[in-house]
Amino acid sequence: MPLPFNPFPPFEQMGPEHYAEIGLKCGLEVHQQLLTETKLFCRCPAGQYSDEYDAEILRHMRPTLSELGEYDGTALMEKKTRKHIHYRLNHHTVCTYEFDDTPPFFLNDQALDIAIELALLLQLNRVSEIHIARKQYLDGSIPTGFQRTTILGVDGWMPYGKDRTIHVRQLGLEEDSCREVSDVGHDRTYIADRLGMPLIEVVTEAEMKTPQEVAEVCQIIRKLCRSTRKVRTGYGATRQDVNVSVRGGTRVEIKGVPQIPRIPRLIYNEAMRQCSLLNIRHMLLERGVTPETFKWYAHDVSDIIHRHTDRPLNSLIDRRLLVRCVTLKKFAGLMNEQTQEHTTFAREFSDRVRVIACLTRLPNIVHSDSASELIHSTDWRDLRKHVSADPDDLLILVWGDQADTQRACDEIAIRAHEATVGIPNDTRQAHKDGTNGFERVLPGAERMYPDTDLPPICITPERVDRIAAQLPEYVWAREDRYLDLGVPPVLIERLALSPCAPLFDRLVSELRTSPTLAAIVLIERFTSLRRAGLDPEVLTDDVVYEVFRAVSEKRLAVEGILPVIKRMVPHVRADRSRMDEPAQLVTDTLADLSMAPPAPDDVVGTISRAIDMTKGVGRPFPSEEARCRYLMGHLMDTLLGCIPGTELCRTLMQQAAATAVAPASPNN
Amino acid sequence: MSDPNVTANAVPRTCDGYRGPALNVLNAQNVCVWSDVKVESTNGRFQGIILPRSETADDHHIVLKLDTGYNIGIAADTITKMTEIGRRVANYKIPEKEFPFDAEKPNVTLLGTGGTIASRLDYRTGAVIPAFSPGELYGSVPELADICNLTTEKLFGVFSENMGPEQYLTLAKRIGQEIEKGADGIVVGHGTDTMHHTAAALTFMVQNPPVPIVMVGSQRSSDRPSSDAALNLIHAVKTAAEGDIAEVMVCMFGPTSDQYGLLHRGTRVRKMHSSYRSTFRTIGDIPLAMIDAQTLKPLREDYRKRRSDREVTITPAFEERIGILYYYPNMHPDLLDAMVELGYRGIVIAGTGLGHVNKPLYPALKRAQEKGVHIYMTVQTLWGYVQMYVYETGREMMELGVVPGANMLPEVAYIKLGWVLGQTDDRDEVRRMMLTPIGDEITTREPYNGYLVFQGAIPEVQDFLRKVRR
Repeated sequence: MPLPFNPFPPFEQMGPEHYAEIGLKCGLEVHQQLLTETKLFCRCPAGQYSDEYDAEILRHMRPTLSELGEYDGTALMEKKTRKHIHYRLNHHTVCTYEFDDTPPFFLNDQALDIAIELALLLQLNRVSEIHIARKQYLDGSIPTGFQRTTILGVDGWMPYGKDRTIHVRQLGLEEDSCREVSDVGHDRTYIADRLGMPLIEVVTEAEMKTPQEVAEVCQIIRKLCRSTRKVRTGYGATRQDVNVSVRGGTRVEIKGVPQIPRIPRLIYNEAMRQCSLLNIRHMLLERGVTPETFKWYAHDVSDIIHRHTDRPLNSLIDRRLLVRCVTLKKFAGLMNEQTQEHTTFAREFSDRVRVIACLTRLPNIVHSDSASELIHSTDWRDLRKHVSADPDDLLILVWGDQADTQRACDEIAIRAHEATVGIPNDTRQAHKDGTNGFERVLPGAERMYPDTDLPPICITPERVDRIAAQLPEYVWAREDRYLDLGVPPVLIERLALSPCAPLFDRLVSELRTSPTLAAIVLIERFTSLRRAGLDPEVLTDDVVYEVFRAVSEKRLAVEGILPVIKRMVPHVRADRSRMDEPAQLVTDTLADLSMAPPAPDDVVGTISRAIDMTKGVGRPFPSEEARCRYLMGHLMDTLLGCIPGTELCRTLMQQAAATAVAPASPNN
Repeated sequence: MSDPNVTANAVPRTCDGYRGPALNVLNAQNVCVWSDVKVESTNGRFQGIILPRSETADDHHIVLKLDTGYNIGIAADTITKMTEIGRRVANYKIPEKEFPFDAEKPNVTLLGTGGTIASRLDYRTGAVIPAFSPGELYGSVPELADICNLTTEKLFGVFSENMGPEQYLTLAKRIGQEIEKGADGIVVGHGTDTMHHTAAALTFMVQNPPVPIVMVGSQRSSDRPSSDAALNLIHAVKTAAEGDIAEVMVCMFGPTSDQYGLLHRGTRVRKMHSSYRSTFRTIGDIPLAMIDAQTLKPLREDYRKRRSDREVTITPAFEERIGILYYYPNMHPDLLDAMVELGYRGIVIAGTGLGHVNKPLYPALKRAQEKGVHIYMTVQTLWGYVQMYVYETGREMMELGVVPGANMLPEVAYIKLGWVLGQTDDRDEVRRMMLTPIGDEITTREPYNGYLVFQGAIPEVQDFLRKVRR
């Protein structure tokens, strides 16, 4: 099947009709860290990161059989890479559980409760007894070689737009993996602080038809998770995998996308890649190359390459290294086929050689389709002669030690053979430029194994009922409500996801506080306080509530809210027990700041005194208006919180007008 | 998964492990283990294969394997309907390949006692059960074929904690036969919990062997990618095939990192952590050697060398009426009296400090002596010697017939006392045999680096941990 459109349109010009034509289908796996104090299977603190480490250990991974007696393809691939895996351990964030020298403790109940809450929100068919499984990961990102994971429910759904639903295949609860530090040659290094942190995985059906839809659905899932106020936020706290396929293609998984805006371009590039690979298969078929007729061979060509010393290639290849040449029969010309933006088919081979044969220094291959100056055309002629290649054959050179080059040749042949079949089942890595690269073979159900270290856990109906009784309002319903209430649109989403939302609801319904005022104080002003290093979150909802009650009872002016909050935070931080009596705390603070409501006469007196004072000022005010502005600023400082600004302004204007009428009074 | 149609028909319709309400539902719905079913429940719909239920799990849930590979449990009382849409039987088998024979390579015999060198899942108990044939081992640890020709024999299938005198005797005799048959080395696969007891027993029962006798196990079962089993096995087989040390040894991880194994003398080794890989340590001395995939590096010279003859002294004997008394403050004498009255012939005391028990025990010690019970003193500090002359109380105890066991580890003294009493009850002869070392169970000197229990957080130790993988 040739490409439906050739060339593939640029990203900006791809519309839904183009994606429909290539039959794009996408699914999402959203991983969201949960806000717990400790990790999932041990008592180490969660959410503490540091690049400092106190010790390092070394491990290797071997594939094991699945429960049903099969080896997983990914596992076998990682076995081929022969990686030395180094773990960096920090005394504060890692115990013997993380590096697999202690069996798991019981599953974190707090995490399980949050996961059940999300299972309810996603309307899943809930599992009544969870079984911990081991999902094999032989890349070393988890020292046990598997991730402990469990399924809470299957077949749920959530609304998408006005008239669509997105089906959720399953919700899992699992432990997070290590952070990778480096991966060079046969050495891969991880830091283990993130390892074992609880996260949930929401898997959707492949129902999204355009890259933009994927981004939107991802946003919905994120918001739903955050609406529980029990998940972590910040870089890396939410990471998603995107599953992509086109008509006639295969499901390919792009791993670990940390930012939603990056999703569309990644999907675009993968769609292009799959179309291009299908096209390449078509071209191969026209040349008579099928999975059955595919031929390749490899030769040691070290002598030919090392015969010269003056070629640019020689500066890349140490004289002691072995150089092998893979001949792919009838593959000539294909390596320059574009597969992604700024990327050609050659990268499919280079990636495999890098990942599986561990030849990580780039470039790691040179091929005969390239017009590169690295190697003379006369040298290619010599090489062709030496390996008895025909003009329509492709030559690929790799260099390294005996074992790695052997592995590289095999992998090049495997990848070329896959080209005759179509699109390999890959797990791919998201790059910053929107393209993706090979990470590993897509794992299957074979990598699952029951965890014999932990018994199944029964989710009692009582537990579910308890959580269901406290379920948060759906975030989209909340947003609609806030819109109706007249909350400023820019604040709606932040407020709906904020931990302050329940307090906001109480203020508006019980104290009749203006929704705009409550939203601005709780979201915007509190954010400013946080940025200024003052943490308003130390105050309980009840304390903040009392501040607003003082306003509603006219004991405090609106302008006094922030000064009162600012005054309370350090006091409360020093002695949390002061928050046991929120009303008293607020009353005391008002008194402390002399913000007790003044008698109306006092206000008038204060204003008159201020007006009198301005008369003594040496330099006369240029205008009456300027005098009022000066007075207003002065009075706001003294009467702050005692009287609303608007009222103050009105009284001042009245009195100022009265005094201004008699400017020439001799007694004054 | 093998061809479902062929296997499914051959496998009888059973409900392995299910009881009570769960079993009733399976029967009522006419489905069974390995049925591929659609389930309707009050919690929604599910589809998967019914798996056997662990016998120790409750009787309210039915386990399904989903097509994603995850297992889930569904409460029986929520199920309204189950429809069988097929059957798929799991056929768990470690890939078996014929172990290659190479006339140039040494012959090693691997005797199995039940440890998990290679293993598979037991659905009934949810635990792992060992797989063991040379073909299975070759399938999972192909590196072994580069080292030797391997024959295996499964002697017992018991967990480490169930090993005892009966197994020690069988094992000793079988080792004797294998040596006679010409084995170049013997490996004993063993659970780790009591590996050091068995290692001590074999040291006494199999004396002066011409070839290495290597005990090996794993702290992480081999069904885990990070298992230490394969590396331990490779190290043990290499030691048995190529090593020059003809003694009973334990071969286990040196550090927790996958770097090298340590060979420990069977009488000086002890399991020191419930779960660490590097749990086996030589106590009060240094190990025999380090071993990795390339080389076996001896750490001392005083080992017995491999010989080409087939001479070996097998002394399979054990008196079972012996015990260890772990002393604690305020121990009452009736405990000791009870052992004596129950007919115990020998008692090893793990005493405090240099080898002490409290005064109220003295009359009981005297009664034991009068009944002819052999009592040996060891130290619960594990490191260091019994020294009963330092304090008056020690001298008093010796007068009551308590014999200081020098720096024998309590478990080793226990095994040795059983072995000695299996041969003689003569007080002086027992004493002579107990105090004459056979394999360094008593050493004449403790080297300065024989006691090293580092403490974390001390700057120089932190420095070491940062620089050296362990």
